[in-house]
Amino acid sequence: MRWKRKDLLDLESLSLQELEYILTTAASFKEVTGRQIKKVPALRGKTVVNLFYEPSTRTRVSFEVAAKRLSADVINIAAEVSSVKKGETLIDTGKNIEALKADIIVVRHSASGAAAMLARHLKANVINAGDGWHEHPTQALLDIFTLREKLGRIEGLKVSIIGDIAHSRVARSNIWGLTKMGAKVTLCAPLMLIPPGIEETGVKVTDDLDQALSEADAINVLRMQFERDEAGAFPKAWEYFKTFGITEERLQKAKKDIVVMHPGPINRGIEMSSEVADGVNSVILEQVTNGIAVRMAVLFLVAQAKNGKKANSN
Amino acid sequence: MAKKRILIKGGRIIDPDGDFDQIGDILIEDGLISHRGDAQGSSADTVIEAKGKIVMPAMVDMHVHLREPGREDKETIASGTTAALRGGVTSVLAMPNTNPAIDSPEHIELLSQIIKKTAHIEVLICGTITKKREGLELSDITALKKKGALAITDDGSSVDDLELMRKAFQEAKKCGLLVICHSEDKKLSGDGAVNLGFTSTRLGLKGISKESEYKRVARDVELAKETGARIHIAHVSCKESIEIIARAKQQKIAVSAETAPHYFTLCDQAVLGFDTNMKMNPPLRGKEDLEAIKEGLRQGIIDAIASDHAPHASSEKDIEFDRAAFGVIGLETELAVAITELVEPGILSWLQLAKAVSYNPAKILGIDKGKLSVGSPAEIVVISPDQEWVVRKEAFLSKSKNSCFLEKKLKGQVIYTIHQGQVKWSL
Ligand SMILES: [Zn+2]
Ligand SMILES: [Zn+2]
Repeated sequence: MRWKRKDLLDLESLSLQELEYILTTAASFKEVTGRQIKKVPALRGKTVVNLFYEPSTRTRVSFEVAAKRLSADVINIAAEVSSVKKGETLIDTGKNIEALKADIIVVRHSASGAAAMLARHLKANVINAGDGWHEHPTQALLDIFTLREKLGRIEGLKVSIIGDIAHSRVARSNIWGLTKMGAKVTLCAPLMLIPPGIEETGVKVTDDLDQALSEADAINVLRMQFERDEAGAFPKAWEYFKTFGITEERLQKAKKDIVVMHPGPINRGIEMSSEVADGVNSVILEQVTNGIAVRMAVLFLVAQAKNGKKANSN
Repeated sequence: MAKKRILIKGGRIIDPDGDFDQIGDILIEDGLISHRGDAQGSSADTVIEAKGKIVMPAMVDMHVHLREPGREDKETIASGTTAALRGGVTSVLAMPNTNPAIDSPEHIELLSQIIKKTAHIEVLICGTITKKREGLELSDITALKKKGALAITDDGSSVDDLELMRKAFQEAKKCGLLVICHSEDKKLSGDGAVNLGFTSTRLGLKGISKESEYKRVARDVELAKETGARIHIAHVSCKESIEIIARAKQQKIAVSAETAPHYFTLCDQAVLGFDTNMKMNPPLRGKEDLEAIKEGLRQGIIDAIASDHAPHASSEKDIEFDRAAFGVIGLETELAVAITELVEPGILSWLQLAKAVSYNPAKILGIDKGKLSVGSPAEIVVISPDQEWVVRKEAFLSKSKNSCFLEKKLKGQVIYTIHQGQVKWSL
C-alpha cells in the first residue's frame, strides 16, 4: 500500500491496513537500529520540530532519537500554554514554525484536539505526541508493536488496561488500536475512572482486578496522576495500590507468561510494585527501545505523504 | 414619507393566523397589508411576481445576541440586523448579556438610542433578571418593563439561587413580564465542552450532561407553577427537557419553549474532528435527542425556532477546543435550515413552520406580528422554496463567521424581505 495521510493524529481513524503498515515499517526500522551504524538517510535534509507544551522527556527524546536516526535535523521547542488571551495562539506558533521551513511538527499539548487543529491549519506534517485525554497514537503503536513481538499476534489476545482510563490518552489509543486488530480488551479501574459510553468500542469493563488479570495474555498498567485529581474522584494512593496495584502476589493468579507493560514513568508502589516492574514478565524497557522504531516509522511514513494538502478528515 | 404600494402577485400565501394556505395576491399600502386575495386591477409601485414562491410572515427571532453595546468587534446592531434581513427576519429579541448588561432603565435608554439610529429591523428589548447578570441581586423588574422590556433573562447563565429566582418570578408575574430561562445547572455542567457520553469520551473532552439542562428546566417549570409567572425555556436541546415541558403544558402551566436549528440538524458526532464551530451551549446532543426535538416541534410542544445567534471573533474560535467560546451564528441560515430539515422531509407543513418561526414567538412576546391578515403590519418574507444554495463563509453579512453550517447545501432561498411595508432586502 501507499501511505496517504499527511498527519498522524489518532488511531481511531486508522484502518487495520494502515495499522499493520506502520507496524511492518517499524519492524524494518528496528532491524536497522540493531546494526552497528544505526542511521539511515531517509529524512536527510528534512527538519523535525518537537513542539512540546507539556514536559515529557521520554516521548520527546524518543522522537528526537528517531528523527536523528533518519538523518533529519531536529529542533526542540518547549512552549508554554499561555493563560492570557492575548498570548500567541497555538496556530500562530505552528505557522511561525512552519515559516522556518519545518517539515514535520511533533506536538504534545494539554488540550484534546490541539494536534488536529494544527494539522487543519498547517501544510507541514503533524504528529500527535499526546493531546489532552484524547489520544497518544505512537505510545499505543509501540505498546502493540511490543506485544506482537512478544506474543506473535494481536488477534484473539486478551489485553487488560488497568488504571485511570477516563483521563488517559494512552488508554484511548490502545483501545482503538487493539480492538481494530482483533484483541479482546478489558478495562479495569474504579468505576468513576471509566469514561461514559466506552463499551461502545467493544471493550469490557470491570472494577475487579483479579478478574481483569485472570485470563489476560497481557496487561497495560497506566500511570496514576494523582496531581490531576481536581474533582476529588480518585481514591487515595495507598488505597489504590491495595485494590488495583499490580504485585507479584496478584500475578500468581494470572497466566504465568503474562506480559506486563507500562507507558512510564512508573509510580513504584502505586500502580505496581518494584518487583513486578523489574520482574521477568515486565517488558517496560523493551517498550522504550521499540518506541524509537515505531516513531521512525511514523516520521518516515507521514513524510511520504504529499505536503501542502489539507489534513485528512480525521 | 409616503410609502410605496407593493403588490406581491400569485404567491402561495401562508398565514398561520387562521391557518390560511392559498395562492393569491397581497397588496401593501402605508406599511400595512391592505388587501389579500385577488388583487387584479390594483395599481402598485412595485410588483413582485411570486408565482411558485412562498409568501409568509417574516421571522420573529426571539433569541439573538447582537453584542452591542460592548463587543462591537463581533457584531453591531447595524450588522446583526442586516444579517437578519438576509435571513428573512424582521424582528429580533436582543439578549441582554451585553456590556453594560441591560439591567436598568438607563441601559435600556442607551440601547434604544443605538437601535433608533442603526437598526434595520425591529429590535425588541429584553432586560436582565439580576443586576449585571451576576445572579445576586434582582434588577428593578417593574422599571425594566415600564421602560419597554418585553422579557427578562440572564441568558448565558441561570440564576442558581432558588429564593432569588422565586422572587424574580413573583415580580415578573406582578407586572406581567415574560421570564426567559437559560436552564443550566452549572454545578452539573461544570467546565464541560461537549455532550457527556461516548462523544466526550472519544474526544477526551469534559462532558456536559443532559441532566444539567433538564433538572434546571424542571426547577424553572416548578417555580412557574408555584408563582404563576409566564416563562419561556430557551434553547431546548434534549429529550428529557421536552418531556418535562409537555407535562407542564398538560398541567396548564404558563410555559413555552424554543429550540435552535442546530439542535434539529446536528448531533454530537458533528464535533468529532474538534471543529469549534460545533461548540455551543447547550451542546449538540445524541441522535435520540435530535429526533425528539423534531417530534417536539411537530407536536407543538416546542413553540418556537430561534437562532441563538451568537457571534464570536475568530480569535475566540480558532483556539484549543476546550478554550474556545460557545455559540454559533444563525440569523442568515435559520429559515433555510428549517425548510431543509423540517419542511422538505415532511416533518412540518409550511403553516407549522410559519407558526414556529413567526406567529408563535410573536404571540409569546405579545407583539402584533407573525400574520398576514388584512390590516396587519407588512412584515413579509418571500421564499423560493426549491432554490438550493450553499452556506459560504464569505457571504455572511454578520461580522462573525462562526456558523456550524458552513459548506452545507440548503434548500429554500429568501428572495425578498419586507419590513414596515418596504422591501429591505432582495436577492
Ligand atoms: Zn442561553
Ligand atoms: Zn443565548
